[in-house]
Amino acid sequence: MKDLSVGELGMVYELPKGGSVEALQNVSFDLRAGRLLTLLGPSGCGKTTLLNIIAGFLAPTSGSVTLGGDSITGPGQERGMVFQQGALFEWQTVSQNVAFGPRMNRKKRSETETLVRDLLSTVGLQGFGDKAVYELSGGMQQRVALARCLANDPEVILMDEPLGALDALTREKMQGLILKLWQETGKTIILVTHSVEEALYLGDRLFVMAPRPGRIEREYELPFAKEGLDVDPRAMKASPEFIAKREELLSLIWEMEEQIMGHEGAMS
Amino acid sequence: MTVLSRFRPAGRNRSAGARKTVTFGDASEVKGSPSWSVASLIFLFFVWWWIKRGPDPMINDRTFPSLRQSWDAFFELVDIGYRRVGLWDHTWASLWRVLKGLIYGVVVGVPVGFAMGLSNRLRGIFDPVVELLRPVPPLALLPLFIVWFGIGEGSKVNLLFFAAVWIMVIAARAGVLGVHGSKVHAAYSLGASRWQILRYVILPNALPDIFTGMRVALGVCWGTLVAAELTGTTTGLGAMIFAASKFFRMDIVVVSIIIIGVIGVAMDLVMRFLERRLIPWRGKG
Repeated sequence: MKDLSVGELGMVYELPKGGSVEALQNVSFDLRAGRLLTLLGPSGCGKTTLLNIIAGFLAPTSGSVTLGGDSITGPGQERGMVFQQGALFEWQTVSQNVAFGPRMNRKKRSETETLVRDLLSTVGLQGFGDKAVYELSGGMQQRVALARCLANDPEVILMDEPLGALDALTREKMQGLILKLWQETGKTIILVTHSVEEALYLGDRLFVMAPRPGRIEREYELPFAKEGLDVDPRAMKASPEFIAKREELLSLIWEMEEQIMGHEGAMS
Repeated sequence: MTVLSRFRPAGRNRSAGARKTVTFGDASEVKGSPSWSVASLIFLFFVWWWIKRGPDPMINDRTFPSLRQSWDAFFELVDIGYRRVGLWDHTWASLWRVLKGLIYGVVVGVPVGFAMGLSNRLRGIFDPVVELLRPVPPLALLPLFIVWFGIGEGSKVNLLFFAAVWIMVIAARAGVLGVHGSKVHAAYSLGASRWQILRYVILPNALPDIFTGMRVALGVCWGTLVAAELTGTTTGLGAMIFAASKFFRMDIVVVSIIIIGVIGVAMDLVMRFLERRLIPWRGKG
């Protein structure tokens, strides 16, 4: 198991019309293996940029990211990725999608078949292997994406608003699945979300990020994810502790939004 | 969901008992009407019959043949052929040229289009070539091609290749550029190499565009065929049209035109069938 270390990360986007935007400024943190970190913040706070840098899709302007001491310079299969939607291969069946990673690594076909069957039942899709992905609902497609990511047994799973396109009920169910996978596999997960409730419920660590420049504004250690599977999720989300945290975060984010709006309001 | 439902097979809403009240402007509700297509065809033949009716028709027989004359000309072609070449041989000669032109166009155009979609340098290199040559009508190149490739098959197939290749380049390039960034990213994160991404992500993602390109190119090749067969051959439907026109055999000209049209439709139907079988995921990404 490898720890993730992010050191003094800076990211500056040059604008085509001149000038620049500081998407990240001096972002540093260490993430022990096996933790579930949620990133929350208003749009433009750099949370997706941070995720893309850790995934290796973007090179930071300054600073570095290391996983188990090895610095990250590009995408790699020890860091799996789950996107919001549209990243499944629609020309392949559900099974073929899940088998993609092992196939690229030229793993034995029989082993892969067993693995795919196990993973499909883990995410609750047994019997759907031969379906085309576009025949599935949005929630089921995200189950496929999770299984596909797990097939390569990554150290870290990066999720970019994985439940953002789902309806509220499916979303709650999928939050349960993510918690279950986290507890069963013990993988490190970093999850970007817009939903305060989701960030609280899933994160055993939570960063609230702020824009202009993008930075970590506040950090929380949370108890909910660890208990999340043992108690009824609705009851947990209705508990006084949860509601208190939720309101605290909401007012923090509202404050930021006010500042941004006020800033823009002053200009207009 | 809305994207998916747009590609749902026709008529499902109706069979479920639901009925949309807004259909004007709803693309999913416009699927054509076979009975109106049949009526339209019958009307065309009716107009043909109408302008040729009676002993003194609007257009004389030398300028435009009657249905009867064309019918007879068709069976004359089937029975004895034209200029000692059977109708099937004429048709096959043209079909084969078109297919060769298309195949060469695909074989050259797809890799070039991929290269242009994948590399700045190659995009830079091919851009002026493609943009300069694309608007040139193939017929304008015929004199050059005859000198370069000879009066025989070479110049004809090359002319059809020229008609097809730019379409395939642009279709393949569009297919590559249409790939969703997150699919490529996902594949990299799953351990795919560049080559594997090309083979297992970019190629299947571009296949629908390539297929559309092939359908367009096929039509353009048939359109160029008559020009290609202008000189230097006695076989082919285009050559037949030219020879017949010199002898004022408008009945044979008309029959050849209809045969080209029917073959064009038939090939497009074959392509659409293949498309449904080979790329059922089209439009479902």
